[in-house]
Amino acid sequence: MTDGDMHEVSLTVNGVQYDETVESRWSLADFLRHKLRLTGTHLGCEHGVCGACTVLLNGRSVRGCLTLAVQANEKSVETVEGLAPTETELNVLQQAFWENHGLQCGFCTPGILMTLTEFLRDNPDPSETEVREALSGNICRCTGYQGIVAAAMDAAEKLRNSGQ
Amino acid sequence: MSTHLVGQRVKRLEDPDLLSGRGQFVDDLNLPGMLHAAFVRSPVAHARIQNIDISEAAALPGVHIVWTARDLPANMHNRRLLLQVPNPAILHTITQEPLASKETCFVGEPIAVVVAESRHLAEDACERVNVEYKPLPVSPDCETALKPGAAVAHMEFQDNIAAQFTLGYGDVEAAFRAADHVFQDNYFQHRGTANPMEGRGVVAVFDPIFHNFTVWSATQSPFIIRRMLVDMFEVEESTIRVVAPKDVGGGFGPKGMSYPEEVVIPALARELSRPVKWIEDRREHFLTTTQERDQLWDVSIAVDNDGKIRGLRGRLAHDAGAYVPWGIITPYISTTTIAGPYVVPAFKFDTTAVFTNKPPTTPLRGAGRPQAVFAMERTLDLVAQELDIDRAEIRRRNLIPAEEMPYKMGLIFRDGAPVIYDSGDYPKCQAIAVERACYNDFPARQKEAREDGRYIGIGIANAVEGTGLGPFEGASIKIAPSGRIVLQTGAAPQGQAHHTTLAQLCAEELNVPIESVDIVTGDTNAVSLGVGTFASRIAVNAGSSVKIASRTVYGKLMKLAATVLQVREDDLEMEDGVIRITGEQGDSVTFSDLAKMMNGVPGFKLPEGIEAGLEATSYFQPSQAAYSNGCHIAEVEVDPETGLVSILRYIVAHDCGNLINPMIVDGQVQGGVAHGVGNALLEHLYYDADANPVTTTFAEYLLPTAESVPDVEILHLETPTPNNPLGVKGAGEGGTLPAAAVIAAAIEDALRPFGVRFRDAPILPHQIIEKIAVANQ
Ligand code: FES
Ligand code: FES
Repeated sequence: MTDGDMHEVSLTVNGVQYDETVESRWSLADFLRHKLRLTGTHLGCEHGVCGACTVLLNGRSVRGCLTLAVQANEKSVETVEGLAPTETELNVLQQAFWENHGLQCGFCTPGILMTLTEFLRDNPDPSETEVREALSGNICRCTGYQGIVAAAMDAAEKLRNSGQ
Repeated sequence: MSTHLVGQRVKRLEDPDLLSGRGQFVDDLNLPGMLHAAFVRSPVAHARIQNIDISEAAALPGVHIVWTARDLPANMHNRRLLLQVPNPAILHTITQEPLASKETCFVGEPIAVVVAESRHLAEDACERVNVEYKPLPVSPDCETALKPGAAVAHMEFQDNIAAQFTLGYGDVEAAFRAADHVFQDNYFQHRGTANPMEGRGVVAVFDPIFHNFTVWSATQSPFIIRRMLVDMFEVEESTIRVVAPKDVGGGFGPKGMSYPEEVVIPALARELSRPVKWIEDRREHFLTTTQERDQLWDVSIAVDNDGKIRGLRGRLAHDAGAYVPWGIITPYISTTTIAGPYVVPAFKFDTTAVFTNKPPTTPLRGAGRPQAVFAMERTLDLVAQELDIDRAEIRRRNLIPAEEMPYKMGLIFRDGAPVIYDSGDYPKCQAIAVERACYNDFPARQKEAREDGRYIGIGIANAVEGTGLGPFEGASIKIAPSGRIVLQTGAAPQGQAHHTTLAQLCAEELNVPIESVDIVTGDTNAVSLGVGTFASRIAVNAGSSVKIASRTVYGKLMKLAATVLQVREDDLEMEDGVIRITGEQGDSVTFSDLAKMMNGVPGFKLPEGIEAGLEATSYFQPSQAAYSNGCHIAEVEVDPETGLVSILRYIVAHDCGNLINPMIVDGQVQGGVAHGVGNALLEHLYYDADANPVTTTFAEYLLPTAESVPDVEILHLETPTPNNPLGVKGAGEGGTLPAAAVIAAAIEDALRPFGVRFRDAPILPHQIIEKIAVANQ
């Protein structure tokens, strides 16, 4: 590593402004986890398949492991830490996961929540098949997906009813 | 409020943190001054290590240390990891060295380690460690390895036989002579991986003042690791604390083993006087974490004209991989499982565990049972076909009748006790699955589908699983001065919701809301002895211990309250942390008052006849395994053009005794089936002829996704086991056991017009197309 490899990065994460210096080879996920100490975003494969590292970059889902931190310069990032309205509450999607047993070990969960956050925003009234298709880029080894799909359907309905 | 929690679908205590990004996984630990390790791993399956040059790596800025085998602490030279489960049938008890010194025996075996300021720098340095290898002949698979003159997996041995044993009962020769028919076939289930979404990981700290190690590992078994470390470092148990972080991202068996990294990282932390972290990446998981399932079965069955089994015999070749860290548990379980839920009057199997130059195999969700179930159920399908008997009917005729419970099947289990199926109604379990699946109408549905040019098929399979093995798993319950309840156990969870289920049991006994219980799991400092979370054993062992310890604390609370309030215990009621005299305005005392009193006031006596401390520890020891059972039925559609299989319906009728939390049990079954779907249709670890792994990413090794796993329809029978106070049996693996068998059977049924038979799993699309092409020739 040489100093020439260091870059200034200025971005917002869950609405908070950060200005940091980072090596060009650092992934966005490593940057979030190890520089900003936002460890909610997980790394399951670091080669773009499992989806555990999914975050929203300017509102669109990206793989945190395949995105470089420098690519997030001047952009906004949303992560699992930003979902709940307060420390002690959960948002509608998180609550649906709790009620429908949508997680076991919880390692895949942050990525799945971010994938579904984007999906339900774009498609508020999905069929179960569409939910499964949306989830096809996120691997969960524990649950067998049934609880995740049920949670997504439940959250979609509650969000529609509340007009959110 | 009366607290009724056991048997309820209580929401999990674990979830709010995990859903908010507040999980505490091993890689989330960040200690001041922490350094990062990366390993240099063997790129060849079998070689002599000629020379290692670390000079270039060590000179890189940011690198703190580079170690090879000879740099390990002196007492570790020429030492191998502890063999955790010895057995006299093992001929060569070889386990890994912390770092390979002279010979490497599989691709991925650690050769050197670098510690640097960051993981990035440590990996840069690994690339600059130059190792000279002299390649040796390779033992590539368990079939080749057994041939006369085969290349040996270890230079020091003459052949590849790791262990050999024969299990049997009854007069097999006579049974086969007297039977109307004998059928034989061979079966193979391939190697797969655990691939929990979180890999392994270790963080270690050495405290130079107290000479203590603290080791965090993403493990199923902190106590097993402590045993290994005590052995390797030659220190007292009290100087090593092993903690599984509150959150571990899945395990499925292989995280229950102890590994070289768990020795090397603490040694480095001591050497450098700095915390050191190593996090396994996915490629390392594919290369180094233990695997399972390569087994070659040769099964012969003797039956009468009506399909009744007279005898079963054959041979099993089990691929142990390069080492036997967990002894021969897996092939032993396989061999004792194959007869399953059926009456098999005579039995004999010869089992050989074979060394290959591949990662070691150890129990992985199902632990040798899915292969045995596959072999047995495929055998029964063969008999059904040959004798033209319906597949459910031939099973019904052979299932052990409920009246014969407890049923002594004839073999000795791995715990040394005879295999006694304690309870269950296997025929009823199959009957409810058959009814739910509308199995009897299936031929009509199939005919209709075929007329539309669609190939649908159905399969059925049964399994029995010995769960909840001892010796014990302890728990302690204590009332804190605040009045909250502290539940501590050495058992470590990886998603099974131990916090919730154990808190349910404790809160019910003490009649408090579940939120009043604080839980510590997976810490060797929590209780003094422990084993680990595997073999579907925690609900039975730790659950029973929690219940017993809670009852003891309940007794102490009541006795003490009676003394304080000067009434008889019968006149008291306990609710929500308060004990009061029954009646309108009775006096009361809180858990907090009593706990403070029992902590002792200097100079004052405790009440007569009461032991100090409001706490109790229990180590429940089950008398023997508790046997869960299940019947699976799958309906699939196969596209003969593309070889694609879709699972249309999947039914599980399951009996794991009493359910502590049905929601969590259903989740275990659904997740278990998903793993089985992977074993049936997707997961195949490929190696080339020199045992080089060629599937080391999720793009090459496919795991089940939301689009490939069906919603499982789960039916519960609840036959409580008499073997523990909760009446529960393990539920963690039953979903996986028959899945590959039942899906293979359904595919075969769908493709009956082509007359193809499947003997291997997984069944991949190209194999289906090839089989059809061959059949059409
Ligand atoms: S960690 Fe990014 S996709 Fe797996
Ligand atoms: S809950 Fe464990 S990987 Fe999804």
